[in-house]
Amino acid sequence: MSTSPPGYELLGESQDESLLALSGAWAQGHSPEPFRTIASQLISNPPHSLTVDGTGITHWDSLLMAFLLQCHDFCRTQGIAFGTRQLPQGILELLDVATAVKPHEEPEETPAPWLSTLDPANLLRRASGGTRDSLAFIGEVTIAMGRLATGRANTRLKDFTAFCYQTGPNAFGIISLTSILVGMILAYLGAVQLRQFGAEIYVADLVVIGTLREMGVLMTAVVMAGRTGAAYAAQLGTMQTNEEIDAISTMGISPIEFLVLPRMLALVVIMPLLTVYADLLGIVGGGIVAGGMGISPPQYISQGMGALSITQVSVGLIKAVVFAALIAIAGCRAGINSGRSSAAVGQAATTAVVTSVVYLIVADAAINIVFQQLGI
Amino acid sequence: MSSSESKPALIEVRDVTMAYGTNVIQSDLTFDIHQGDIFVIMGGSGCGKSTLLKHMLGLITPDAGDILYSGTSFYSASKERQDSMRKRWGITYQSGGLFSAMTLEENITLPLELYTEYTKAETKDVVAYKLALVGLAGYQSYYPSEISGGMRKRAALARAIALDPEILFFDEPSAGLDPISSSLLDDLIVQIKESMGATVVMVTHELPSIFAIANNSVYLDNISRTMIEYGNPAQLRDHSQKAVVRQFLSRSATADEDSA
Repeated sequence: MSTSPPGYELLGESQDESLLALSGAWAQGHSPEPFRTIASQLISNPPHSLTVDGTGITHWDSLLMAFLLQCHDFCRTQGIAFGTRQLPQGILELLDVATAVKPHEEPEETPAPWLSTLDPANLLRRASGGTRDSLAFIGEVTIAMGRLATGRANTRLKDFTAFCYQTGPNAFGIISLTSILVGMILAYLGAVQLRQFGAEIYVADLVVIGTLREMGVLMTAVVMAGRTGAAYAAQLGTMQTNEEIDAISTMGISPIEFLVLPRMLALVVIMPLLTVYADLLGIVGGGIVAGGMGISPPQYISQGMGALSITQVSVGLIKAVVFAALIAIAGCRAGINSGRSSAAVGQAATTAVVTSVVYLIVADAAINIVFQQLGI
Repeated sequence: MSSSESKPALIEVRDVTMAYGTNVIQSDLTFDIHQGDIFVIMGGSGCGKSTLLKHMLGLITPDAGDILYSGTSFYSASKERQDSMRKRWGITYQSGGLFSAMTLEENITLPLELYTEYTKAETKDVVAYKLALVGLAGYQSYYPSEISGGMRKRAALARAIALDPEILFFDEPSAGLDPISSSLLDDLIVQIKESMGATVVMVTHELPSIFAIANNSVYLDNISRTMIEYGNPAQLRDHSQKAVVRQFLSRSATADEDSA
């Protein structure tokens, strides 16, 4: 098989008719001159008709077809009659199939000037739209809770218990690890500073109060946001893709009652329990470090008991309930509003984690300010 | 039966048995698919049609038996040999199988980039041509989620023919399409098959498609759990010895004993 490189030559047969003679092997591995080189010649001196001659073609694949298609489309837009002769077998049929449907043209769209994206009125409108949607979602959840309280909601106990199991026992491992380590970090941080005043013993107070009020619940919430919030978003996003949520809605069942409530209640019930567990392990972790710094376990315990009060514990538990609701709302909302493709499900999970972490930190700051003002 | 009998077999299915665990779905499937055939795998829902196709594609290893392509056993071939066999196939899956995170252009570019020597500019032109072949010229920058179900099927076909395959596999190509789109897709499959000289293997139970384009077929039975008929579907409808095959092909709920 001869493998001369692919080429073409534009010949003027008569004044109005041009002949495009193709030759060589039009197949991968050989690159012909791109079509635009003859396109410019044809534009500068447009003939009435263009005939493609394939006598010299030794070998061909889709490369030739792509070239012919460009020729054909070019002639159509320029109003030049397109003809062929002596093309290898099969090409004409393929060309007929490929040119049967006119190319799709994008509808004219006037692009918005980029400055308008910075228009404060626009930004405000978008921000207020987002806030309104969030509030509407929270409102729907509240109404659904009301219906649940009066026993009229389509929420299944079976779902609730299944989610409790997923959220709680399955998370023990990761919660144990993070809370012990955070307790140890707190103790190190405190011990080094307090030693300067000879007050190492107060490490126990620092760890107990720090863990109960802040770190135990916050670390649990962050882990839950990544673990459970993202899972909720992915589950609901997949259901959206599979049209399961459409099916639920058209059965007259509220997706909020059927899908969101059991998930949210499971998290609200389990989060305080996980927080208590995380608090315990955090204090133990602090004790290990304190032991290494010369504070004996009885000392650590008796000093810690002094700092322990029902107020500290309940501050953590109140936060746990609020955080759980926020994580569930962020996760479920991202899932329900997800697009209908598999890429959208991944996007929903990302949105869920990012939103819940932002919610957590803002809510934590707000709760701390309120408690500070109330003197709790 | 069909005139293709005289040609050598391109695909030989030999004593294939498929099972999920201990539950045998089909056993002792032996038939040939010839060069240039449009071959249909038929059978009731759940009889294992798609599973057989997955065996042929090497996605699931059959519990027994082998599949030969041009005389070479697929399942005893080396990994490299299997890959080079796969390059000669074009496949569309039941739900399209387009990559949802990629535009149509990127979807079709992927196999071209991996397995051809086209330059970037040439690849772009070839993608435009493949999309034009399936009637989607100009849709390069669309994502699969932005086009209709029928267009997705055609886009999947464009990706399947990207490498000018010798064998085209279709899993329920026209499921979920309206009769017009479905017959247009049938025409397209025939046109592309004719002009590229490919062999087509499809799983379907769309009767109009079967009679319009298929020249050979195999019928997998739910009850005896093996193939009970092999041949041209139009002839099987009129002359099959098996009542269930005539029933299937004439879309009737009861066996018409008088035509036997």
